[in-house]
Amino acid sequence: MTHPLLSVRSVSKRFGNIQAVNDVSFDVQQGEILGLIGPNGSGKSTLFNCLLGQYQPDSGSVALKGSNITGKSPSELNLLGIGRTFQQLSVFPEMTVIDNVILAGQEHSGSMISRLFGSPDAGLTKAAEKLIGFFKISHLRDEPAGSLSYGQQKLLDAAMAFMAEPSLVLLDEPAGGVNLTMLGNLKERLQAFNSEFGTTFVVIEHNMEFVMSLCSRIIVLAEGSVIAEGTPEEIRSNQTVIDAYLGA
Amino acid sequence: MKFTKRNLWLLIGLALLILAPIGQGRYIVYTLTSWLVFSIAAMGLNLTLGYAGQISLAQSAFMAVGAYITALLTLNGIHWIVAMPIAVLSSFVLGLLIGFPALRVKGHFLAFVTLAFTTLVFLVLRNEDWLTGGPYGLSGMPRPDFGLFNTGKNINFYYFTVFIFVIFSLLMYQIVRSPWGRAFKGLRENEIRAESLGVNTRRITLLAFAIGSAAGGLAGSLMTPLVQFIEPGSFALLHSLRILLMVIVGGAGFFFGPVVGAGVVIMLPEVLRFTEGYYLMIYAVTVVVLIIFCPKGLVGLGEIISRKILKKKEVRKDFEQGAKL
Repeated sequence: MTHPLLSVRSVSKRFGNIQAVNDVSFDVQQGEILGLIGPNGSGKSTLFNCLLGQYQPDSGSVALKGSNITGKSPSELNLLGIGRTFQQLSVFPEMTVIDNVILAGQEHSGSMISRLFGSPDAGLTKAAEKLIGFFKISHLRDEPAGSLSYGQQKLLDAAMAFMAEPSLVLLDEPAGGVNLTMLGNLKERLQAFNSEFGTTFVVIEHNMEFVMSLCSRIIVLAEGSVIAEGTPEEIRSNQTVIDAYLGA
Repeated sequence: MKFTKRNLWLLIGLALLILAPIGQGRYIVYTLTSWLVFSIAAMGLNLTLGYAGQISLAQSAFMAVGAYITALLTLNGIHWIVAMPIAVLSSFVLGLLIGFPALRVKGHFLAFVTLAFTTLVFLVLRNEDWLTGGPYGLSGMPRPDFGLFNTGKNINFYYFTVFIFVIFSLLMYQIVRSPWGRAFKGLRENEIRAESLGVNTRRITLLAFAIGSAAGGLAGSLMTPLVQFIEPGSFALLHSLRILLMVIVGGAGFFFGPVVGAGVVIMLPEVLRFTEGYYLMIYAVTVVVLIIFCPKGLVGLGEIISRKILKKKEVRKDFEQGAKL
């Protein structure tokens, strides 16, 4: 039997009196682009943080290709091939763009000792240049990342998530605050990764147009629970979803 | 190797280091040597603080460890060249041992934990007379003799220290520009992001702290034959604060920042000697002004100024082009 790439089983997380994530289960198949939507405060980011090792879930389990990864640290999960982007801007502001991207791949290259005595770029400059070319930010190669515009930093953040050639990437609101041209660019890039390298995505997003046109399947969360699951068309016409968004 | 502008500056710096003590008296040569020794300690702290962003008030304690181990070994007839690596390694291991529990906390809390360690080391040095000589300390440590080159004379010991300083700087440079150095900076700038990219933040913080501690040990190991007399007071908390001051005044996170900072912190009192009773006041005001007006330290200030000058040149080029039109 082949396992799904990511399998989430009955994950719950509570903060004080608030049940942020309540008994959530779903699978992510190899090669799919799964959207995770829901009103503000529905538990999307908390769920992400439970999957990515930032939080320890109170109960439930997460498995990658059938092996249990619940409770592993974010760095361990990254080394297992899970990349991510952050909702807030998350680059290394004083480092150059190219250094940001090299840092995103260096822990996957060589051993601890070779990273101390080997070449300063861990042999990654070419790959990093190719990647920033792919995200169309090559002209910013030697600029400090902090001097980039918001949208450019979002693209850099995404480029960093791909540097280690992950099999699964979790994107937390990649479209937030990004202008239309860049948004189109970002969507194109994600689709290219998906079709060329078979990279699997889970995307949290509020921009419905973006999410509906990018994802093949969508899961809707409200008050910490899954209320609907289906193709973009099914979700669009689902009354429960519409009610949840309108607060009915 | 490409001959860049930076290499030219480094060569000039090295030439100045070689020429500096010529024709100078005993005391100046001693002060210059002491500057290099503290530069090593401050560069070590710079790795922990400036690159990896972890504040530590334990650097003088690690100097003490290096100094006392070197003293005890050389007093028992072991050559400095053997004693030094033992001292450095001991400081590194002690850094790991202290850092392991201490680095669970950050910022001010880490400062307090390392402060406690400095006080603890001071008390052990003062109270364990049988080993450390207690408050009277240890004296009569020999300076290393390398057959053809005996460091007994002050000037010789100075050049010996320059040699060690250069080797140390090269090693440090390798660390800072290696992927480890990049991970240290990543940790300082955005720890959560670094962790999500596979950086084992706990291990890398610990290593930054331990390497910084080992540099403290090396500085201590040079201090012993330089002064030939060590006592607990030479490594009290005040000296940890002085090393911290060197890093901040010079420019935390800049490679040679601590060298400039150590120069200011050690030389300024000497330069201000003529003001007699007022010297501490002037010293204090200068430091406060420096920290308020150039939070990135003197090297940071130099960078801002040179960038402004370069910009002016560009403007002039524009004018030239404009005039041609």
